Amino acid sequence: MHLSETVNSGFFFLAPWLVLAPVTGLLFNIVFGGRLGEKAIGWVASAASGAAFVVSALLAWSLAANGGHAVSVPFAEWIHIGSLELDWTFRVDSLSTTMMLVVSGVGTLIHIYAIGYMHEDVRFKRDPGRFRRFFVFLNLFIAAMMILVSGDSYLMLFVGWEGVGLCSFLLIGFWYEMDTLARPSWANSDAAKKAFITNRVGDFGFLIAGFIMFWVFGSFQFDEVFSQVSTIAPGIIIAITLFMLVGVAGKSAQIPLYVWLPDAMAGPTPVSALIHAATMVTAGVYLIARSAPLYSSVPEAQNIVALVGAVTALFAATIAVGQYDIKRVLAYSTISQLGFMVAAVGMGAYVAGMFHLVTHAFFKALLFLSAGSVILGLERGHHRAAHGHHDDHGKGKKKAGKGKEESGDEEYHEEVFDPGDMRNMGGLRKTMPVTFWLYLIGGLSLSGIFPFAGFWSKDEILADAFREGFTGVYWLLTVAAFFTALYVGRQIWMVFFGEPRHEAAAHAEESPPVIITPLAVLAFLATFGGAFNLPGVHTLTDWLEHTIEVHAGEFIWSVAIISTMLALLAILVSWLIYGRNPLKAAQVDPLKRPLGFIFTGMENKWYVDELYQAVIINPFKKLSQFLADVIDERFWHDWFHEKVIAGTYNWLSNIALDRYFDQRGIDAFANALGAWTQSLSAALRKVQNGFVRSYALSVLLGVVVILGYLIFK
Amino acid sequence: MVPVEYYIILSAVLFSIGVAGVVFRRNALVIFMSIELMLNAANLAIVAFSSALKSLEGQIFVFFVIAVAAAEVAVGLALIVEIFKSKRSIDVDQMNSMKG
Repeated sequence: MHLSETVNSGFFFLAPWLVLAPVTGLLFNIVFGGRLGEKAIGWVASAASGAAFVVSALLAWSLAANGGHAVSVPFAEWIHIGSLELDWTFRVDSLSTTMMLVVSGVGTLIHIYAIGYMHEDVRFKRDPGRFRRFFVFLNLFIAAMMILVSGDSYLMLFVGWEGVGLCSFLLIGFWYEMDTLARPSWANSDAAKKAFITNRVGDFGFLIAGFIMFWVFGSFQFDEVFSQVSTIAPGIIIAITLFMLVGVAGKSAQIPLYVWLPDAMAGPTPVSALIHAATMVTAGVYLIARSAPLYSSVPEAQNIVALVGAVTALFAATIAVGQYDIKRVLAYSTISQLGFMVAAVGMGAYVAGMFHLVTHAFFKALLFLSAGSVILGLERGHHRAAHGHHDDHGKGKKKAGKGKEESGDEEYHEEVFDPGDMRNMGGLRKTMPVTFWLYLIGGLSLSGIFPFAGFWSKDEILADAFREGFTGVYWLLTVAAFFTALYVGRQIWMVFFGEPRHEAAAHAEESPPVIITPLAVLAFLATFGGAFNLPGVHTLTDWLEHTIEVHAGEFIWSVAIISTMLALLAILVSWLIYGRNPLKAAQVDPLKRPLGFIFTGMENKWYVDELYQAVIINPFKKLSQFLADVIDERFWHDWFHEKVIAGTYNWLSNIALDRYFDQRGIDAFANALGAWTQSLSAALRKVQNGFVRSYALSVLLGVVVILGYLIFK
Repeated sequence: MVPVEYYIILSAVLFSIGVAGVVFRRNALVIFMSIELMLNAANLAIVAFSSALKSLEGQIFVFFVIAVAAAEVAVGLALIVEIFKSKRSIDVDQMNSMKG
């Protein structure tokens, strides 16, 4: 049964350009990018992403004009084997267009931001040649993400799912030959591998889910799968949904597979914002929302999903409190907020989850990009402090060749300075005022302070949890919300207030307009994004109603007041600890004394990485060493191959074949033939004695014999 | 008319003398003459049969043999002269460098 229909009116025919536009952009940059300048490359890539946004907007408009009914746009035949037909079809419905708009909209802003950011990043990391590569990867990511959200089957979703995983890997390891401080090291490529391998574990679960799904439903197509749900035993649906949850835990960084996301901060900041905060990591949330008919039919699986999300939300929020790296705090915050979303979609509150996904994309992208602006400001400040106030470095950099080498040598002798460490910051409110206000908006939105976007979406999740009777999840998320406000407050006091704790912070400079402008747009969205689904209006709820089951919950005052009070309390606590007595340079974190070993645990991420090292990685290494050394090398190679196979072969060829058959049979025959020929020719040679008369006699005798025979026969 | 048997006997005798000359003599010139003797013995037999059978074909054939023999003599004598120049001898038993 096909619920979706093919429609000829509207702009639905443009759907393939969601993918083709960024692909065109990246091909253009691959072919002509070498001749274009940095600016042109960046704007081509941004235009390609912007074109995808325009297409998304046109699709959304056409969909609204169509009454919100899902539309399928066939694009290409892919696999046709017998009765099996797997095609690449675009599915335009309210859920997919919501994702398209977020991905391409936030994506385009981040593209523009990246023009400014990467210009400085390649300058500080001394490799201007990477500029084009970055934008090619970025466009590839947009294309893959569009495949993910616009596919009409789990198979196309999986294609995009793997595509964004690849882009994530490529971009985390973008500076693959250095660590985050630009020292030669493999730390960044290790982070990329960690992300990829952890995601493989999750993808394995997703694949199993897909196999079971194809086995019982005989299809990957969303409509065909969902229409058969009621005919399948719930146990099988539980298996599918839980295996799918493994995939979600990998991609959306949930317990137990979240460990890759903090390390993914090794990528350039626009990547952290686009892939590891706003879009790719929300793919898991989208997957569950998309699979709503599956999850809704099995409450047992829903409970597990909600619990995983809620525990992740609290767990990651506590770690974020103990981190010092500005991006790492945001990374754990992202894990925590993804936990909110997963908990929401797990509870069946799909709209709340999607709503939080959208607002989170706004404010977390804003926070990450502002953090990038802070990092660049500090790098500039550090540069200025080291070189005095005449900055001719940037100009010298643009000259290729020798100018670059000279300035490069000069810079390598500087002390190692971490521009992302919040202990090096302080007082940036004065030196970077615009970034401060933008960061503050993002922070308040993340903390869930009225009337910012984060308040409305987080509150909707909490209210849904309260109303649907998920008491445990509700309290976990409420406590997580408290910690959220706490780490946001801590970060803002540490970064922007007090006195500079490093000369780089004292000399920090504000970022250029190309960086600030996208931030301003995101700040606007982070402030007013709540308007998408205000209580009582329910714009997003009505919109998504066409695709997934929704229940517009009413606003619950007690829930809103409790969460707002807790957030304000957390900010007050953070002021008492970090704001009233600003951190001094080289001072131990003031939370360490009262909390003791608990804070040490937070600082060290509750030793989860060490736990995985001890429980999984080390035994795995031991096992692989055992397999390689004992099984493969000693047993398989040394014993089985060398002794058994090669030994038997040698024995057979030496003894049986060589000595008896080859030497005594074939060799003897050939040698005898030669010897016999030699002796025969030696005998015959005597006949040819060179005496003409003896030849004549031979002829005579021959004639006599022949004539005699002819006569007397 | 002399019976044809006499010619054949004479021809056989001449041929045998030629054969004996080739086989038993060592002087290349003598061998050469013996070969001529054998050729002419054959010629004699051919013309004898030709006249006995009243056919001209044998006589024509003999002319060919005489012509080829003349050519052979020319080539053979030239070879003998050259061999004599290099070896100062025409003893065929000394010409055994083709021995196997």
